[in-house]
Amino acid sequence: MAEIIVVTSGKGGVGKTTTSASIACGLARRGKRVAVVDFDIGLRNLDLIMGCERRVVYDFVNVIQGDCALRQALIKDRRIETLYVLAASQTRDKEALTDEGVRRVLEELAAEGFEYIICDSPAGIERGAHLAMYFADRAVVVVNPEVSSVRDSDRILGLLASKTLRAEQGNGGVKEHLLLTRYSPRRVANGEMMSVADVKEILRLDVVGVVPESPDVLSASNAGVPVILNGETDVSAAYEDAVARLLGETVPMRFTEEPKRGFFARMFGG
Amino acid sequence: MGLLALFRKTPSSANVAKERLRIIVAQERSTRGAPDYLPTLRRELLEVIRRYVNVDPSAVQINLGRDDGHEVLELSVALPDDPRHR
Repeated sequence: MAEIIVVTSGKGGVGKTTTSASIACGLARRGKRVAVVDFDIGLRNLDLIMGCERRVVYDFVNVIQGDCALRQALIKDRRIETLYVLAASQTRDKEALTDEGVRRVLEELAAEGFEYIICDSPAGIERGAHLAMYFADRAVVVVNPEVSSVRDSDRILGLLASKTLRAEQGNGGVKEHLLLTRYSPRRVANGEMMSVADVKEILRLDVVGVVPESPDVLSASNAGVPVILNGETDVSAAYEDAVARLLGETVPMRFTEEPKRGFFARMFGG
Repeated sequence: MGLLALFRKTPSSANVAKERLRIIVAQERSTRGAPDYLPTLRRELLEVIRRYVNVDPSAVQINLGRDDGHEVLELSVALPDDPRHR
């Protein structure tokens, strides 16, 4: 039985694709069979973040329209044996993604034996975003500790609670989690940024991960290596923790406090 | 600047953000699931009222509430104080 996890946010640029790629890699590295699917029709980007952009032959829309078999469109990751990518189409026809087509592809992925299907949602609340969440069992709502991102996340939570198959069937709805990105403990300590507790209080949701603001995210995307795999950094550790929590493990929150500075550092700066 | 001002705490920008969000999110949640016609109804009512009284767009408030199993559509119009605007 495959579990479908949508990575969504409403607002653009908060780290959905980075998060999708890292969660997919983290799960696959633990031996799970994972497919990560780009729902951003017209603006394909997951392939770049995963570093497989030159290997895209067929895409999601090709599969839906029957131009190829699902297996031909799945790109096998070169680093992790059990990880596959389904790229978005670059067509400008947003109607190419149909309810029925998406349902069929997800069912086929489950039949292929994938245990986790990660749906990387586009920004906004249009068709692509709607279809990315519609069939989901769980949702990871990516949020920056910033007013517009938090407000948009709340809109998305409203949609998850009403415009999804699970909500319509009334069987408990979609299980939702928050994942904070671009978190700066220093700015939180200075009162310049909302804390994890603040965001949690406003959105009333459990937090599955807190990823610190870091230049490592850009260097990983430059290299086409999902940041969770790109060396031992705070960001990769934070994503690894988030993956563990998604799998039900209890892991203490890290990288949310500013490191304590020693007496001399405080006296003399540095 | 008086001595007291030194002790008066100005709210941090994070607190300002949190308060603003708390209000807007609560407001948006209360209208969630409400019929789509509410904004149009509000706009059209405003047009009719403005034929007679020059009210501010924010003066018309529409709320859909629930009371003992009935749905209650509540409409309130704040008329301007200055009679010359009437």
